[in-house]
Amino acid sequence: MAAEVHALDLVLVVLLVWLGWRALASADLFKAVVQFIVFGLLLSLAWVRLGAPDVALAEAAIGAGLAGALLLDTLARLGRDGAADETRPLGLTPARAGIALACLGLAGLLVASVLLLPESWRGLTGPALQQLGNSGVSNPVTATLLNYRGWDTLLEVGVLLLAVLGLWILDVEPPLPPPAPDPMLGLLLRILLPLAVVVAGYLLWVGAHAPGGAFQGAALLAAGGVLWHLARPLSLPATAPVRAAVVLGFAVFLGVGVAMAAFGGGFLSFPPAWAGALILLIETAAMLSIAVIMLGLFVGGRTGKAGE
Amino acid sequence: MSGDELRGALSLVFIGAGMLFFLAGSVGVLRLPDLLSRLHALTKADNLGLGLVVLGLALQADDTFEVLRLLLVWLLVLFASSVACYLVAQSALRAHGDPAAATAGPEGSGEDARDGR
Repeated sequence: MAAEVHALDLVLVVLLVWLGWRALASADLFKAVVQFIVFGLLLSLAWVRLGAPDVALAEAAIGAGLAGALLLDTLARLGRDGAADETRPLGLTPARAGIALACLGLAGLLVASVLLLPESWRGLTGPALQQLGNSGVSNPVTATLLNYRGWDTLLEVGVLLLAVLGLWILDVEPPLPPPAPDPMLGLLLRILLPLAVVVAGYLLWVGAHAPGGAFQGAALLAAGGVLWHLARPLSLPATAPVRAAVVLGFAVFLGVGVAMAAFGGGFLSFPPAWAGALILLIETAAMLSIAVIMLGLFVGGRTGKAGE
Repeated sequence: MSGDELRGALSLVFIGAGMLFFLAGSVGVLRLPDLLSRLHALTKADNLGLGLVVLGLALQADDTFEVLRLLLVWLLVLFASSVACYLVAQSALRAHGDPAAATAGPEGSGEDARDGR
């Protein structure tokens, strides 16, 4: 995997460090957000250069796209009139210095642990590829996420679920007045939303043997939802169907895991003959849930009641 | 010159021409005085620049399916960038009245335009 280092990689690294610094240090919040989005896009390029297109897809869609939209939306909510709110005091306070030191320490530890890896250690790629035949899928990334390390992914879906529950508890903001419906946005929505749905389904299916999967598909679906919300403001109150959709992924994942344990295979260990179908089932449920959760995080917890 | 060589050379020419549009677009964003002219420069890079790059890459494609996918990428970017351009101009119009006057400070404006993409 030792790809040679190109000039492009060096430029990427320098730009990433510089953009990260600018996003933290610029006094203008709008600028900082834009720099954060560009940072995310370049980071996904870096993942491509490292040969990890799965991570690159997720980073571009979630890190740059959805998180960027969320930050821009937050800025808009802070209010154009509160111009003073859009700049922030900069300076080295003890708290900031502490955080900076902790980050530097963590970064140093990470670099050291990579440098200290024994030369002879080949990593887990070999065993992962060896077992691929039993995993039910032919994409080693999906095999790792959904089969070998299903626990981690189950908990990740759980974290997302907790995030939206927290939002529903906290956010009782009255809704913004809906922006004037824009014909161009409506047109964009009519063309892009069906495409997003189709491509999300494609990513889910193709995840079994190529880069893709539940998270990437969900990010696309959620992006379609965000576009919908921008063109024709949506409300996503925590009604029974929405709650069911939000819980579905975690519930199916957990249910399959428990069922496996009940049939004697052990929690989340799939029999090779069934693994492919079970993974597809889990991923489908997870994709739907994650998409609704991400859209919920964007639209906010404005329930019908609180909005009135 | 064999067919493959000819295709390779043509591909390079197209990609090079596309790069020129991107270069001009970037220079335009940095150098042009107001928001509308900057948007104009940016969208040229998206439309023609990416179109030429896609054309160049299509010449190197292995099969028709790949050509169609490249074409789809171009069409989607075309569509998204025109709408984004319109939206940026629209929001500048709403915020400042006259978009031609909507020129932020010497440093801030470049970021505005980049966000528009």
